[in-house]
Amino acid sequence: MNLLDKVWIVPAIMATSFLLILFFGKRAGTKATAAIGIAAVSICLVFSVVVAGQWINRVNHPPTGAALAADIKQANGLTPQTPNEVGSEVNAATTDSGETVATGDAQPSTEAQATTESQATTESQATTESQSTAAEGEHETVPPVVRTVTWFEIGPIHFEAGTLLDGLAAMMLVTVCIISLLVHIYSTEYLHGDERFTHYYAFLSLFTASMLFYVLSSNTLQMLVGWELVGVCSFALIGHWWEEKKNTDAALKAFLTNRVGDMGLIIGVVITFFAAGATSFNVLHINEYALSGGANTTLLLVGALCLFGGVTSKSGQFPLHTWLPDAMAGPTPVSALIHAATMVVAGVYLIARLYAVFFQGLGIGSSSLHYVAFIGGFTTIMGGALAFVQTDLKKVLAYSTISQLGYMVMALGVGAWTAGVFHLFTHAFFKACLFLGAGSVSHACHHTFDMREMGGLRKHMKVTHITFLVATLALAGIVPLAGFWSKDEILAGAAQGQGGGAYTLMLVFGLITAFMTAAYMGRAYWMTFWGEYRGHGTPHESPKVITVPLAILASCAVVFGFLNFPTNFFGLEIPKGLTVRFEHYVQPTFAFPAVQAIDFRPVIAIISTLLAGAGLAAAYIYYERNKGPHGLTGRNRAARAGYTFLENKYYLDTLYTDIIAADTKGPLARAAYWFNQNVLDGIVDGAASVSKKVSVFVYRDVDQLVVDGVVNGTGLVSEESGQFLRRMQTGKVQQYAAILFAGVVVLAGVLVFVV
Amino acid sequence: MLINQFLFLGAILFCIGVYGVLARRNLVLVLMSIELILNAVNINLVAFGAMWHATDPANLSGQVFALFVIAVAAAEVGVGLALVLMIYRNRQSIDADDVDLLKG
Repeated sequence: MNLLDKVWIVPAIMATSFLLILFFGKRAGTKATAAIGIAAVSICLVFSVVVAGQWINRVNHPPTGAALAADIKQANGLTPQTPNEVGSEVNAATTDSGETVATGDAQPSTEAQATTESQATTESQATTESQSTAAEGEHETVPPVVRTVTWFEIGPIHFEAGTLLDGLAAMMLVTVCIISLLVHIYSTEYLHGDERFTHYYAFLSLFTASMLFYVLSSNTLQMLVGWELVGVCSFALIGHWWEEKKNTDAALKAFLTNRVGDMGLIIGVVITFFAAGATSFNVLHINEYALSGGANTTLLLVGALCLFGGVTSKSGQFPLHTWLPDAMAGPTPVSALIHAATMVVAGVYLIARLYAVFFQGLGIGSSSLHYVAFIGGFTTIMGGALAFVQTDLKKVLAYSTISQLGYMVMALGVGAWTAGVFHLFTHAFFKACLFLGAGSVSHACHHTFDMREMGGLRKHMKVTHITFLVATLALAGIVPLAGFWSKDEILAGAAQGQGGGAYTLMLVFGLITAFMTAAYMGRAYWMTFWGEYRGHGTPHESPKVITVPLAILASCAVVFGFLNFPTNFFGLEIPKGLTVRFEHYVQPTFAFPAVQAIDFRPVIAIISTLLAGAGLAAAYIYYERNKGPHGLTGRNRAARAGYTFLENKYYLDTLYTDIIAADTKGPLARAAYWFNQNVLDGIVDGAASVSKKVSVFVYRDVDQLVVDGVVNGTGLVSEESGQFLRRMQTGKVQQYAAILFAGVVVLAGVLVFVV
Repeated sequence: MLINQFLFLGAILFCIGVYGVLARRNLVLVLMSIELILNAVNINLVAFGAMWHATDPANLSGQVFALFVIAVAAAEVGVGLALVLMIYRNRQSIDADDVDLLKG
């Protein structure tokens, strides 16, 4: 059974679970609520794994001939292509890469009309070109599986809604489902006895449904819907404990900051829609347009930058990252699921999905510095630096997340598509592990996240300690854990560039961040798990419900790096079927720009590993051995200034609330007051006086004269005629008879003399 | 056969009847005047019926119709006298001018 075209079931299951919990959760009790959620996610996970397997099978045995043509037709939605054109396209693509594919032999009737060269549309030519260059002798055109229904119609244009399934979507499905399942399980203990347990599980389900809906969207409009839905769930879950004002403030901040970027996203969606002919929001259609020769580069640039506005807010890029650390006010499992592993990568996913727009619009292939790569690189350093001054364990992780998201955006910015997406994939697991580990620690230490009240926890919490250590090493990028492979690929991608020379600045940013990541994670690790316990009471290991998900995530952090094992790892001979599997199965081959594959670079790998090791060592010496320049901030003015600068988060929050908001709200309020007093009140007063005059006129002239005149006149006429007719009615039968007779006589006269 | 004498007789009877209906106060006499009108009509019917009968022996519809009118007149008088009787019982009078409850 082919499940690739039935993936809509996955979000539907989660949406059903949401409704079930919403309507019956309170009555069914907490156990049943958790059971519903966990069962639904488990089904989704099984489904997603099967889907991923079927996708791998599809890549291994790509469709040919009529099936390929039908798939491409379905995928584009709008591009009219006959099987012959597709056949020739595939032929052209595969001849270059030295393989043969059966062309449209199945249709002899149409074969006769085939003119193999001239019929191909510009889109398919562009695809062919990109195909032949990107093919690398191994890839063939494997169009995504797209299934749509008509959503609504405006005039002749049908707007479709549906699912788009390719390697990227399948990867996201599996990632979201695994982490969501583990978080569902973990939360049964973490949220045990919570007042709004059902509310929490309902929103977890809704979030998972929205995220799956988002990653499966076949068009940008639908993505927008999913994007906003996950935003709403994030808002609701950050403010889960809304009794404290701090939490509701954080939720509002997250929502409003995201709103700033969402405006960019909406404008970007509209721009790409009109740029691509104003006929379809279809993602593949927009991508194909961007790759076609006739694309308007300026329009694409503006569209890409507007879309990047959405990415900036959702994926915590500078300067709209400020909501993400505050979002840690929500329950820790939520931070793991939404604000580390899945929702915040929605922005990265958006770039990856509409990569052709970004690639062509920003000229990634021919440049060595542009906005997206720079913002990514800048964010990664900025976030890393902030992580050093946090005493709250979750905030360290939050800034680390910002930093790593910057890494992903930077990777996509330098053209290392697979590296960026691969980092998204691996990061999801070890960052979720770190967050859940932090939650476990807090569970043990009386619900504090302050690292100054922790210490020495390795003796009390063995499983949490080991998993946290593994995830820390993975994040720091130590061989052979997952983070090493993905981070190294990004650095190699920055060093290699995309034909326009190396992205040297990005490479420097990346290397600095590699050091910083290791150092701040080492700081958090040693402050939490080593030394003497500084809190109250005796910490205790968390129950199995918490430790088992940690163990699973930690093992994922160990294993998943090998999914994209480089081909030339220090000259190691690896069978071809085992290397760069992730790239092979996830990187699109249809409507995708011609990105060059990233080669493994031993020098960079060694340098980054050494830097990471140095970072860990520095943290060890400073925080565990207690050596180095302690108390520097007390002695050196420059150091103190830097520390204060970092502690105040570059004064960005101050800038937003005290300067931008405060300075605009005064004049804005005055302007609004003036506008209200003069314009609005003028309009209102004017309307009132006009209507008063009209009313007076209507009352005096229309109502009193005309209407009442008519009414009174009717009465008067009736009365007068009644008075007159009254005299005729005497009640005397004989008089009536006389009148009757007179009438008969008149009638008879008429009949006799006239007719 | 000339029928103008019959018609003349019928016309005179009709006029007397109409006068009686319109002018008499006594309700019984009003009823009797109605009978006169009906009989005037009967004379006309029989006269025209006899005229048609001379040319077409099978045609007796005038006479038959006159018989119907007589029968209906008998019923009419029955109802009318009953009404008069009831009026008399209620008002101790059969003067037509006294019965003017519907006066406007």
